[in-house]
Amino acid sequence: MSSFLGSSIGKKLIMSVTGLFLIMFLLVHLFLNLLTLVGSDVFNTAAHFMGTNPIMKVMEFALAAGFLFHMVYALYLTIVNQNARPVKYAVANKSKATSWASKNMLITGGVVLIFLVLHLMNYYYKIKFTDLIESGEMTEYDLVVGLFQPENWYYVVIYIGWFILLGLHLNHAFQSAFQTLGLNNKTWERRLIVIGNIYALVISIGFSIIPIYFFINSLM
Amino acid sequence: MDLKLKIWKQKNPKDKGRFETYNIANISPDCSFLEMIDILNEQLINEGKEPVAFDHDCREGICGMCSLYINGRPHGPDDDITTCQLHMRKFKHGDTITIEPWRAAAFPVVKDLIIERNAFDKILQAGGFVSVNTGGVQDANAILIPHDTAEEAMDAASCIGCGACVAACKNSSAMLFVAAKVSQLAVLPQGKIEAAARVKNMISKMDELGFGGCTNTGACEAECPKSISISHIARMNREFLCANIQD
Ligand code: HEM
Ligand code: SF4
Ligand code: FES
Repeated sequence: MSSFLGSSIGKKLIMSVTGLFLIMFLLVHLFLNLLTLVGSDVFNTAAHFMGTNPIMKVMEFALAAGFLFHMVYALYLTIVNQNARPVKYAVANKSKATSWASKNMLITGGVVLIFLVLHLMNYYYKIKFTDLIESGEMTEYDLVVGLFQPENWYYVVIYIGWFILLGLHLNHAFQSAFQTLGLNNKTWERRLIVIGNIYALVISIGFSIIPIYFFINSLM
Repeated sequence: MDLKLKIWKQKNPKDKGRFETYNIANISPDCSFLEMIDILNEQLINEGKEPVAFDHDCREGICGMCSLYINGRPHGPDDDITTCQLHMRKFKHGDTITIEPWRAAAFPVVKDLIIERNAFDKILQAGGFVSVNTGGVQDANAILIPHDTAEEAMDAASCIGCGACVAACKNSSAMLFVAAKVSQLAVLPQGKIEAAARVKNMISKMDELGFGGCTNTGACEAECPKSISISHIARMNREFLCANIQD
């Protein structure tokens, strides 16, 4: 087993499994966040449930572990792969057959990570480590609305930029994860690419709707 | 046509190497790329200079000996062909052509454009075969194989071991080559018997030799002169997973 997880395919399998776990997380997260559009009560109830439910506490731990493993392996594999070509080519490959996203996963992933830290400071930190919510001063919903006010227009830009980069990461990641698991063949190759594109669009657009909605709402 | 050639020159594996620029005139568009280098070499020999060392053998796209990373693409600007099948009509009068050897830690440069592809042989020796038992020759149709399966195996078997997949991959990964060799045997009844041990041995050899890992960019498939599909990589991953789950 250790030789298996230590092999090139085994290490890649860890990327794929943690990546698919994060893909599922994004869907759940998107669904919950879209509840902000339904109304403050619904969203606050859902956010409260997610924050206090014991199963969710465990999942929170799993999520942190998933991110950690994904990132550590991403960095490690990228370094190993770069070392496999000590002398670089003078002329770069110009073939259009490979997507930009597929060749720059560490860059898209890395930028997603930087914004993730900002995002956690905006919400997670305020909810867990300050008494803003407990004191009843603010609700989770207020936090969301508050971030996307006209004077905070740059947050709207930052968040949308974040979702575009995440979409690029997912665009390659989705079909790649299935390919890594061996769950692919000539027929499914194209289908998985299409499903992956749809997934990436749903995530990018879905999450972007929230800052745009509250920004426009606050202008009116 | 007249061309400017920027060619990688390296005396031996230890030499640092550098690009050397050559001018060549009156090349016919019907000339093949390797013939063009032959003409250059003749010119260099007549001038008392050292010719450019490069690999070639069959010159008809079947042996996998020719290599060359031409203007940023393994086997040059055309799809689905080897360098020996490339014609000068793909270039224009006045072009500058940059010619580099395959670049990979597992493929060290021997001299100029010649690289050591022994690593592929070592991977094959680790399991890319079917053990043959002694006895009489079997009847060719004793084991029936569905047409689709035979085609799938044949497609995989068309890999000529040129290494363009490694050269094209940003990770210098040999996964397409190994996957073709694993697939060609794994789908056939004769090869299935040793399939699990084969895939494990070949992968562990591949890792040991310093090839990078696959990140599924698809660059290999795009540059492979035999259009080997990356679906074979999915099959190899599957075979490898199943083989490891079984024990
Ligand atoms: C919510 C966030 C994320 C999701 C859903 C996600 C998902 C995925 C998936 C599914 C894969 C494909 C795995 C495979 O090819 O088998 C992948 C690959 C990759 N991810 Fe992420 N990822 C996320 C965040 C990150 C972060 C923060 C980083 C950066 C540190 C990162 C770096 C990478 C890299 C470098 C690869 C390519 C690795 C390789 O192919 O060897 N990802 N990601
Ligand atoms: S898979 Fe294609 S590119 Fe790779 S060695 Fe075989 S023929 Fe050459
Ligand atoms: S020389 Fe044999 S394939 Fe090119």
